[in-house]
Amino acid sequence: MVLMDAPQSKSRDLDKLLLRSGNLVGPGFFPGTDLRDDIREYVRVLVVGAGGLGCELLKDLALSGFRNLDVIDMDRIEVTNLNRQFLFRLEDVGKPKAEVAAKRVMERVSGVEIKPHFSRIEDKELDFYNDFNIIALGLDSIEARRYINGVACGFLEYDEDDNPRSETIKPMVDGGTEGFKGHARVIVPGVTPCFECTIWLFPPQVKFPLCTLAETPRNAAHCIEYAHLIKWHEVHGGKSFDPDEPEHMKWVYDEAIKRAELFGIPGVTYSLTQGVVKNIIPAIASTNAIISAACALETLKIVSGCSKTLANYLTYNGGEGLHTKVTEFERDKECLVCGPGILIELDTSITLQKFIDMLEEHPKLLLSNASVKHGKDSLYMQAPPVLEEMHRTNLSKPLYDLMGRVEKDTVHVFGTALKNEEKQSSLTKLRVVFKEVDGVADMDTAILRVNSKRKTPL
Amino acid sequence: MEKDEQEPTMSEPTKTKYDRQLRIWGEVGQAALENASICLLNCGPTGSEALKNLVLGGIGSITVVDGSKVEIGDLGNNFMVDKKSVGESKAKTVCAFLQELNDAVRANFVEENPDSLILTDPSFFSQFTLVIATQLVEDSMVKLDRICREANVMLVFARSYGLTGLVRISVKEHTIIDSKPDHFLDDLRLNNPWPELKRFVETIDLKTPDPIAYKHIPYVVILVKMADEWAKTHSSNLPSTREEKREFKDLVKSKMVSMDEDNYKEAVEATFKVFAPRGISKEIQEIIDDRYAEVGSNSSAFWVMVAALKEFVSNEGDGEAPLEGSMPDMTSSTEHYINLQKIYHTKAEDDCLSMEQRVKDILAKVGRDPSSISKQTIKSFCKNARKLKVCRYRMIEDEFSNPSVTELQKCLASQDYSSAIGFYILLRAVDRFAATYNKFPGQFDGGDIEEDASRLRTIAPSVINEMGCDGYELPEELCNEMCRFGAAELHVVAAFIGGIASQEVIKLITKQFVPMLGTFVFNGIDHNSQSLTL
Repeated sequence: MVLMDAPQSKSRDLDKLLLRSGNLVGPGFFPGTDLRDDIREYVRVLVVGAGGLGCELLKDLALSGFRNLDVIDMDRIEVTNLNRQFLFRLEDVGKPKAEVAAKRVMERVSGVEIKPHFSRIEDKELDFYNDFNIIALGLDSIEARRYINGVACGFLEYDEDDNPRSETIKPMVDGGTEGFKGHARVIVPGVTPCFECTIWLFPPQVKFPLCTLAETPRNAAHCIEYAHLIKWHEVHGGKSFDPDEPEHMKWVYDEAIKRAELFGIPGVTYSLTQGVVKNIIPAIASTNAIISAACALETLKIVSGCSKTLANYLTYNGGEGLHTKVTEFERDKECLVCGPGILIELDTSITLQKFIDMLEEHPKLLLSNASVKHGKDSLYMQAPPVLEEMHRTNLSKPLYDLMGRVEKDTVHVFGTALKNEEKQSSLTKLRVVFKEVDGVADMDTAILRVNSKRKTPL
Repeated sequence: MEKDEQEPTMSEPTKTKYDRQLRIWGEVGQAALENASICLLNCGPTGSEALKNLVLGGIGSITVVDGSKVEIGDLGNNFMVDKKSVGESKAKTVCAFLQELNDAVRANFVEENPDSLILTDPSFFSQFTLVIATQLVEDSMVKLDRICREANVMLVFARSYGLTGLVRISVKEHTIIDSKPDHFLDDLRLNNPWPELKRFVETIDLKTPDPIAYKHIPYVVILVKMADEWAKTHSSNLPSTREEKREFKDLVKSKMVSMDEDNYKEAVEATFKVFAPRGISKEIQEIIDDRYAEVGSNSSAFWVMVAALKEFVSNEGDGEAPLEGSMPDMTSSTEHYINLQKIYHTKAEDDCLSMEQRVKDILAKVGRDPSSISKQTIKSFCKNARKLKVCRYRMIEDEFSNPSVTELQKCLASQDYSSAIGFYILLRAVDRFAATYNKFPGQFDGGDIEEDASRLRTIAPSVINEMGCDGYELPEELCNEMCRFGAAELHVVAAFIGGIASQEVIKLITKQFVPMLGTFVFNGIDHNSQSLTL
């Protein structure tokens, strides 16, 4: 019995889960020091966002046996962050969140390496994301989640039987909070629904009808949005409104007051103006702590198998009593993002240029300014100019040749898509299948067939 | 424009720092937090994380009670200790970290084992607003509960144990005026319009020939008028049977002339408001019938106002609570909307004045200063009269010795509750194990784990029998997992549990939103956590 004298291990508590076999564990769980040490040495986790959720995630992961973390965030610290983003102090205001967060956690938890990236998520190469075993999201926008989801699901490959290839699966854990509410979910591309499969979970943002703003305002928010969306352009012409510019905000507030007075509407305050214009989401430390902890716990379980995992969506509501609920959502097999990909059947003679043009017309894509990637090869890039020039010669070549004359393969296209009348960056996976000239015509490529000309002999 | 809230007492920079949370609980809530003093027992990660969230939010003062020293193992689960602090007092170390997190908070520590403190100095706890007791065993929980109940100090238990844990509030009574429910029906009184509203509605002609005006008549007017017409031809009753309701809805729909009449679309969707039962809800009825509503000189402001509410409902309220006074947005001309708003505001104010008078009279009757309850408090009460909540929590020892039979039966019968009830029992069983064997099952490595598991299986039935569910069989997997956990305090579980505990503390102190009822039993395996109200 060497209880009291045994040299204490830092992972005294974690060891109980990682070193001991268990009953309700994940598939392929091999408890032991190897598992613990492998997690420490080799597993790389990316934390996306270093805000309310990100700070908590970094701490939670650092204290869950992970040693190799990266964190990416494009924002700088603001005073309003300080009520919950506990890694930041007043004197840090203005500094990049990712850098300060990484530094603070490394100071307190020895042995952990955190690499900060002060940049936009779109500015990273796809390869960057592929280096991680698992990605933990602490984001505050649907667009950002969609982007990462697209990237992670883009790595997914399917075999001939349309089963996902396990070595290409890049799991994600996603958390979100608002006031006393939050959610935590596990996304295993090809197995659970991805973010896109369940996009209907997120209600559309409230937009006031234009006629209400312009003619029949009834409440303070209407007056504010009138000043913000209508009056601003009338008075300032081309100058774009910057919500972070105090003078711009003050102008909107003053105009909103004038309008409110005109119509006899009470309730316009500076605080409400900021809230409406910036779409401020109230936030507190406790909800962020709860949701991040759930996400970090799932990350540990997915990576180690030390326990069964969340299947697959947890909602939390702490405003009226305390309610947690787990829902098992199902994948959409036709999902454009995590599914095998939109099937595009082409002639072997179709040029890359023709293909790119076709993407704009394709009813499921409506993708303009497309860049095309085949595996690791960029076939064409719209930007930067230097690379565009380099790849321009590919445009006149048959796609079939550029793809190495394989009968079918996955291609990724990246460009601007028209979604709900708004242009958005979009990354989509396509399953390209080449047909013989007298093969069956496909509805999707009907336009193409009419216009194509054979340039190379069979 | 009215200014409902107190004059802000915060400086601009502080206000900015707390902006995101002020938007949730306002300056009144924030003031309550800043005036509170919290005592934490045991500052492992569960307690430390709970306190962290409160310190970030600007809690008034914290006192950390823990007699242990920082060990190397603590470096692996507690963010608030570091290499330098190994060997030092854990309470002192955690306290220092928290102080640095927010220098507006007054942070103190007491280097003592909480279990001893509970035995030797119960009066210590009287000075606090609330005690957060983490990682306590059954026995200490019961003792502390008695002390805090006696001293009228709020108590929140929190425990992390491997992948399970619990949170439980213990307070004699917690009354809430500003419960802020997520979804609550507006108080438009379409099913019971008062004379001024009826008079206003009469001034508007639904059959106006002007199409613009036609589609800018707010649905309140449409429905009050149509309900009135219906009542005239249905012996003064509102639609009540399924057929009548459908008929009424179709009648409203038939008034739509063109597709772009949003006001009529809204009216069709809002017809259910006409059918809603009049008067106060069953829940509010229970509150005004509560024996505490029979007030005496010691009654709290809440109950005095409830007594006034009871009188109001039976008299000038005519079965209804004071009018809430606000209107949701709806398609309308600005003029109609503003005029309607005024009518709702005026009635709400009138009702409030009546309530004020009643409150003063009741206070005088029980020998208290008639102005001791502020106009502002009464106004808030009136606005929230339909949403009042009263939370009462059983003492721990009562729950242990006499759990609710109906709740138990529900849990035992349902698949959803099986792991929750299992862990609830096991969390008590491990404490009995510890009392006998001086360690928790599986706490140490080696062959002991097997032996501990079988010992735990022998001890569990004593808890099961005491609870009155003999015959219940603890799933073996759960039992084995509990031994595997070996009383580990994992950071992520502690952060989750501590997060929940801190959130409940905030609700209790701000007296806004509704605290949880029962014992929250955490399941970190599949996240099928449940609250058991035993």
